Amino acid sequence: MTELSKTGAAVGEPVAASPAPTAFLEVRDLRVHFPTDDGLVKSVDGLSFSLEKGKTLGIVGESGSGKSVTSLGIMGLHTAGQYGRRKAQISGEIWLDGTELLSADPDHVRRLRGREMAMIFQDPLSALHPYYTIGQQIVEAYRTHHDVDKKTAKRRAVEMLDRVGIPQPDKRVDSYPHEFSGGMRQRAMIAMSLVNNPELLIADEPTTALDVTVQAQILDLIRDLQKEFGSAVIVITHDLGVVAELSDDILVMYGGRCVERGPAEEVFYEPRHPYTWGLLGSMPRLDRDQQERLIPVKGSPPSLINVPSGCAFNPRCPYADVPKDNITRTVRPELTEVGSRHWAACHMTQEQRERIWTEEIAPKL
Amino acid sequence: MSGAAQSDGATLTKTKDVAPGEVLLKVTGLQKHFPIRKGLLQRQAGAVRAVDGLDFEVRSGETLGVVGESGCGKSTMGRLITRLLEPTAGTVEFEGRDITHLGVSAMRPLRRDVQMIFQDPYSSLNPRHTIGTIVGAPFKLQGVTPEGGVKKEVQRLLSVVGLNPEHYNRYPHEFSGGQRQRIGIARALALNPKLVVADEPVSALDVSIQAQVVNLLDDLQEELGLTYVIIAHDLSVVRHVSDRIAVMYLGKIVELADRDSLYKAPMHPYTKALMSAVPIPDPRRRTAKSERILLKGDVPSPIAPPSGCRFHTRCWKATETCRTTEPPLLELKPGQRVACHHPENFEDQAPQDTVLLTAAKEAAELVADEVLAESAETSAALAAETSGTEPEETAEPVTKKAETAPEPEPEPDEPDDK
Amino acid sequence: MLAYLIRRLLAVVIMVLVVLLATFTVFYMLPKWAGQDIAVLFAGKATGAEQVEGIRTKLGLDEPLLVQFWEFVKAIPMGRTFANGDDVTECPAPCFGYSFVTEEPVWDTLKDALPVTLALAAGACVLWLAAGVATGVVSALKRGSVWDRGAMIAALGGVSLPIFFTGMVAMGIFVHSLGWVHIEDSLSTDDSIGVWFETLLLPWIVLALLNAAMYARLTRATMLDVLGEDYIRTARAKGLGERVVITRHALRSAMTPILTVFGLDIGVLLGGAVLTESTFNLPGLGLAAVQAINSKDLPVILGVTLFAALAIAVANLVVDLLYAVIDPRVRLG
Repeated sequence: MTELSKTGAAVGEPVAASPAPTAFLEVRDLRVHFPTDDGLVKSVDGLSFSLEKGKTLGIVGESGSGKSVTSLGIMGLHTAGQYGRRKAQISGEIWLDGTELLSADPDHVRRLRGREMAMIFQDPLSALHPYYTIGQQIVEAYRTHHDVDKKTAKRRAVEMLDRVGIPQPDKRVDSYPHEFSGGMRQRAMIAMSLVNNPELLIADEPTTALDVTVQAQILDLIRDLQKEFGSAVIVITHDLGVVAELSDDILVMYGGRCVERGPAEEVFYEPRHPYTWGLLGSMPRLDRDQQERLIPVKGSPPSLINVPSGCAFNPRCPYADVPKDNITRTVRPELTEVGSRHWAACHMTQEQRERIWTEEIAPKL
Repeated sequence: MSGAAQSDGATLTKTKDVAPGEVLLKVTGLQKHFPIRKGLLQRQAGAVRAVDGLDFEVRSGETLGVVGESGCGKSTMGRLITRLLEPTAGTVEFEGRDITHLGVSAMRPLRRDVQMIFQDPYSSLNPRHTIGTIVGAPFKLQGVTPEGGVKKEVQRLLSVVGLNPEHYNRYPHEFSGGQRQRIGIARALALNPKLVVADEPVSALDVSIQAQVVNLLDDLQEELGLTYVIIAHDLSVVRHVSDRIAVMYLGKIVELADRDSLYKAPMHPYTKALMSAVPIPDPRRRTAKSERILLKGDVPSPIAPPSGCRFHTRCWKATETCRTTEPPLLELKPGQRVACHHPENFEDQAPQDTVLLTAAKEAAELVADEVLAESAETSAALAAETSGTEPEETAEPVTKKAETAPEPEPEPDEPDDK
Repeated sequence: MLAYLIRRLLAVVIMVLVVLLATFTVFYMLPKWAGQDIAVLFAGKATGAEQVEGIRTKLGLDEPLLVQFWEFVKAIPMGRTFANGDDVTECPAPCFGYSFVTEEPVWDTLKDALPVTLALAAGACVLWLAAGVATGVVSALKRGSVWDRGAMIAALGGVSLPIFFTGMVAMGIFVHSLGWVHIEDSLSTDDSIGVWFETLLLPWIVLALLNAAMYARLTRATMLDVLGEDYIRTARAKGLGERVVITRHALRSAMTPILTVFGLDIGVLLGGAVLTESTFNLPGLGLAAVQAINSKDLPVILGVTLFAALAIAVANLVVDLLYAVIDPRVRLG
């Protein structure tokens, strides 16, 4: 029998015995690589961040930026659905409340899943099993981690459904997912993920499949629940609006790496990476006067098999030609501190970026 | 991007051209009901009233944006005006000609003039055909040979939409999502159409690519004088691309207005709620949560839409009239048509009817108090100003709610245009 | 749910009527159009002109076609009395016709053969379901491994090898060379369970081998699809153990397409496993059909055909009902 939650061979340096961090969740140099026929897909390639309880981190990026793989990696689900010899390779450190997950016993990690860390997925229709009632699925999630009888678990399920705002929870608990509307399904999904009071909640595009008015309800619900449960939340999305609504901190991913990370206000008002500028400029905004023209990022996202050497954003960067002091193009820019708790990975100097932002970009947004 | 887009490569004879600003497409009482069959004998048990009585027109050279949530019938509407679907009732007139019931062969010449762009650039292109074949297909179907040959014309089109003309022989899977959408656009442009109907043209694309395609559509309109009907669920995108906007709810247009009027002063409560629901990419605005209107529940089923005003089950202003009488789509302000008994930012259309429905009271609990107070004030003021009726009467139930609000947080931010 | 049930039942009734009409057309009308005398065909070998005339009257072949069809259909639930003056033959319900070769109602022949066919089908299907599904699941979980490749090559072999070949080889080895198994020449309900088991063991295995191969391939493919579903990821995210994920979540969904094929296979098998029964000389429906063909006993051929078609129709109905049990979405549809 294969143990599927077991991680594959480690890539890169063997994990040094580094001291346990103080943060509730700390990810250090996370790499998740998938071997394929075409080559090694470096979905996540050296990602580090930390998150405290009660705080929300928003991970923003486009498709293929590695944001979803990051969340699956934390949950230990990056190999899920993969069968056969070619297992995903993961390395780095993931510290959750003092436990390092990558080197921990897979069975221990399994027991943390759903209890300490839970996940909400994008499309609640496909993420819920069509053959079981909402109640059965929540009960299963609860009883996996609590030694209670079915009746108690069902009472708990009804309670959770009530909490997430499902009307007539004692009746709806026996409904099947297809009998729910999209918004109700996502509420049920949230109820299921919170049934064990997890300390870490990962929401992967939680509102992308929903209508605007329902999205507003769900965002409101997530915010309320976080206040109530005090858990740490990671929101993964491509929608800057959603991030701005929920996050304390923002991490911008591009090509499997973090290009900018900082407090939400800083990232929105003082962004220091050309890709973040690109995202802000690409997006029509309701809260501003009509823009004449959007400022798109040229080209397409990089292939994760042949990530450009040097800065991954270089081929699409409008400022690639800005003269840079003694830097070779082939060197990867590292994250450097550009403000308080605010990092960006760009070869341009701080001054260059500050000037471009205030003079060229900000006025056009 | 090639500026020579307008080159008269295609030898397409056009009949009479509609001057810019004149009505190109006129839709009257358009309906589409999809029957539902049920039971033993599969008798018709009802119908999905996807589109249930639309009246609007599209003027030459403009962009009409159509927004609404899923199930509002916007995509069905797009397929009806391009005649990919047969309407249940109503008429569609194109350049003054009734095309509602034209047969396949009679539609063929019209297919040149009306083209469609689809949402999913992955499934709308045949994976076994080269993009040369895909983009050139309209010529073959219409039996048209453009000047200089199909290949030359296709290559010109590819460069118009910002693709490398040398990629003529490649297959769709070799292109990224944004590039595929460009291929779809090139195909739609092949026959020099007058009207392009785009159904969610950018919603499957990444943010940075979205902007590229939006800009491309903009440029093409300017260069080729195209008329667009752009259907989308994303209000920010719709605002960006449209001149006029129709807001749909459960198969009906609830508001149809110029872009600026609509976004500055929406009159239908649904429009207002829809706009306030869009998450604002500005962390500082998060504190200004009081501007948000949360609607209760989901959109009701189009199989059994609510009586009267279809929005009354979720509206915080709904009264008895709303439940019983369907409000007509009236031009209350120049260039702004609204179907509402108690519009926002305007004089109440049914001032005698003041008792809120229970559902409305529940709905109002979800609406930020300031929104209520503000809307009560504006409509009261407007009512007083325009008609001289007693403002107190109209405003009463709503302001009361605002007064009894537990915490009327002082809101320093100016309520700017939402 | 009730509407679904009734709709499925109606569908089966219609299907059965179509089957009856088709059988009737093939056996009664086509020969007539081809200019053959049906009475001669039905009489079997060695009959004089007088007898043929008698059979014509007795079978009602001189009646209008519509009346003939009605009698033909009515006979199955109601039974039928064949009469030619004093020559009266009772054919009690379910009447599938009357054989002039054996001078017996066809149903009696079917009734004798049925237990063997049933036993063969039941044993074989349990075997192949268990073996096929298990192999398929393990293959899916170990996709690309030596086990997976080996199993799939074996499965391909299993599908390709005809049953008279594997059957002969198996008999040659296990019965004649090694003598591990003793096969009775005939089976009757009087024989002990042990005798039945021993006689049917090889046919079960051989028949199961063929089908298990197909089921393994089908299971593997559907399992791989299902394991990629979002709800499987959700199940893992809940912290469920891998075994629970596979059995309770994945396998249940994967059962739907397997059930579809299974229903058809069982239906076909109930109509007689012609090749298996002939190879092992088992007196089941298949062998009865073969013998009837050899002796040109048209009523028996007709009876077996009809029975086989009905078996498939009923098996389909059962599958449809099981669908509703497995998939709640069907109940509403």
